Amino acid sequence: MMKNPILKQILASVLCIICGFIVGILVMILITVVNKDLSVSNLFDGIKYLFLGPFSSPNAATVKRNLGNMIFYITPLIMTGLSVAIAFKTGLFNIGAPGQFLMGTLGSLMIALHINCADNRGLGILVWLLAIVVGVICGAAWGAIPGIFKAFFDINEVVVCIMTNWIAANIVTWVFSNQTSLINIPEGKSAYLIKTGGLGTYTPTFGLDKILPGSYIDGGIIIVIIIAIIFFIVMSKTKFGFELKACGANKHAAKYAGMNEKKNIVLSMVIAGGLAAVGGSLYYLNAGIELQYGSIYANLPEYGFNGIPAALLANCDPVGVIFSASFLRYISASGSRLQLAGYNAYIASVISSVIIYFAGFSRLFLMLLSKKRKKEEAKVVTAIEVPPVVEEKTEEAPEEENKEETA
Amino acid sequence: MENLILILQKTIIYAIPLLIVALGGVFAERSGVINLALEGEMIFGAFMGAIFVYLLQKGGVWLDKPQLTFICALAVGAGSGALYSLLLSFSAVKLKSDQTISGTALNMLAPTIVNTFGLVFFLQEKINMPYTFTGYAIINSNLPGFLRILFDKAYLSTFVVILVFALLSIWLYKSKVGTHLRACGEHPQAADSVGINVAKMRYLGTTISGALAGLGGYAYIATVANGTAEATIGGMGFLALAIMIFGNWNPIGIVIGALMFGFLKCIGAVSSSVPFLANIGLPPYFYNIVPYVVVLVVLVLFRKKSGCPKAEGIPYEKGQR
Repeated sequence: MMKNPILKQILASVLCIICGFIVGILVMILITVVNKDLSVSNLFDGIKYLFLGPFSSPNAATVKRNLGNMIFYITPLIMTGLSVAIAFKTGLFNIGAPGQFLMGTLGSLMIALHINCADNRGLGILVWLLAIVVGVICGAAWGAIPGIFKAFFDINEVVVCIMTNWIAANIVTWVFSNQTSLINIPEGKSAYLIKTGGLGTYTPTFGLDKILPGSYIDGGIIIVIIIAIIFFIVMSKTKFGFELKACGANKHAAKYAGMNEKKNIVLSMVIAGGLAAVGGSLYYLNAGIELQYGSIYANLPEYGFNGIPAALLANCDPVGVIFSASFLRYISASGSRLQLAGYNAYIASVISSVIIYFAGFSRLFLMLLSKKRKKEEAKVVTAIEVPPVVEEKTEEAPEEENKEETA
Repeated sequence: MENLILILQKTIIYAIPLLIVALGGVFAERSGVINLALEGEMIFGAFMGAIFVYLLQKGGVWLDKPQLTFICALAVGAGSGALYSLLLSFSAVKLKSDQTISGTALNMLAPTIVNTFGLVFFLQEKINMPYTFTGYAIINSNLPGFLRILFDKAYLSTFVVILVFALLSIWLYKSKVGTHLRACGEHPQAADSVGINVAKMRYLGTTISGALAGLGGYAYIATVANGTAEATIGGMGFLALAIMIFGNWNPIGIVIGALMFGFLKCIGAVSSSVPFLANIGLPPYFYNIVPYVVVLVVLVLFRKKSGCPKAEGIPYEKGQR
């Protein structure tokens, strides 16, 4: 039954998820016991909200809005997740995604907010495209820094990433606090930028806003899924992807095989930077999202760091990241619904962190599954080998049967 | 002169948590476990220390002895950091997990614990400790010159950390157990072959690491963060990790790194009040960036052979070569 390694991987992930939910529900039971205002009916409501997430509202319009927002929030998470995943495949730990995300935001908003295309949406889309490209260039350049430090000076990428994160955060606040024309004074807000919605340079929605009205949803999710699939193909089917993975698996062997491992390290970080930057660009180019630049220098964006669990949960598989990011955001959406039952939203984060914790030794689950199988196979084989002459075809059959039984 | 002493006093206060948490990182990584969870351990230790202070205050115990409370809260922070790190060592040593993933999970878990329990028991996501518990231990404004850097407007945590740092650093390099611990990070197979229990050493290293991170976490919130324990610690754990790498996994390097970083950071903090710097008219963001840029430049200029423990992050399998 469990011959397929992908199937086994999925089974291990499901086990992690079940463990996470068990812990989350235990915490909810604990809170119900401690807090006198909560009763058993609250607990059942809470569990319902936890599993149904954005679908748990009886009102169809609310469901659509919640669902649309959830999908919109998945978009940047997939990108930062991809960023971490691609770097990880090359053996680099990209903890610098927050900085790259911010540099992408900076580059894109500097273009999209400075050019007013409110009257001409066609031109607006061109400006939007330019904004994305500039954002990607900024992020890629930012990602190149740890790559160059690693490749040419042999300096650990983690320390460079942490430093560049904070440099980027300060640059963003610094630059925008001097761009007085971009600050949203008309709406009486300080330290907020204007939105792209009024300028016509927002992300095209491809009609998705008609399907899920009232939410932030835009075409970003489609773009992001296409990018993820492209990187899946690049990493698994092309020579370039193979070289990156070879560098990650064994740097010295890759060098010995004639690959330019320095070039690959820099390229991998450039790509990672560009991917994280797309996340920042798409997030803030949405028609309804405004950037609060005033506090960025003190707080790195959570999307950057959350890319790490999204990538790790997906075992750094680009297509897997789509699912892991969606799942993590689904849990968060459930968390905000939990408040309706009297619980705090952080229970959702408890669940996702426990899931990641178990994901750390999902390989152990896999190993246990395989070991058990090997032992059984060994038994079957010795049992079959007792009669001396057995044709190969018949040998396969009982083995299969036996596996079915044990499964 | 007065300004310089002020900056140096602040430098010490800022560098102290960084110093001890980075040493915590060294203990884990020298034993062969990547401790990415320093940030989480700091948050958890700080929160537990703050709860301890809150409970003492509520029970009316030691109200007139804030410094005794401070020392005990540091110990509570260290103890809870050590307990929390067992989650990491258990998965890393016993279950042979991917240590990056486990560390990330613990970094995610600590803030949610603070938020959840803060909301359930204190109805807010943070604990504010009263000022009396976070005040200076020693004020000696009459001391001559540079003695004031350490002994005027000083916190007890400064002396505790300096003492612990020195003792543990010597122990790591000069004692038998310390040498065994380092061997497990370099070549666990060789260590095992001469009868060292690799798993035990890795548990020890990670637990000390967690204790130091918890201690540093409480020292940070009680001094730099003015007594507020919340779900974030301003990236100090990751910064300590960076300082550890900057210091080449070596206590002396860490001292240099933490002091240098703290000094540059504090120049930024006082830039608006020092006339000489205020006249240049650069925004605070410039001074914020300086320490990070300097770290990068120093890394390039003084790069040497990496002191990174060779077996870090690799689960030890008996019989594997």
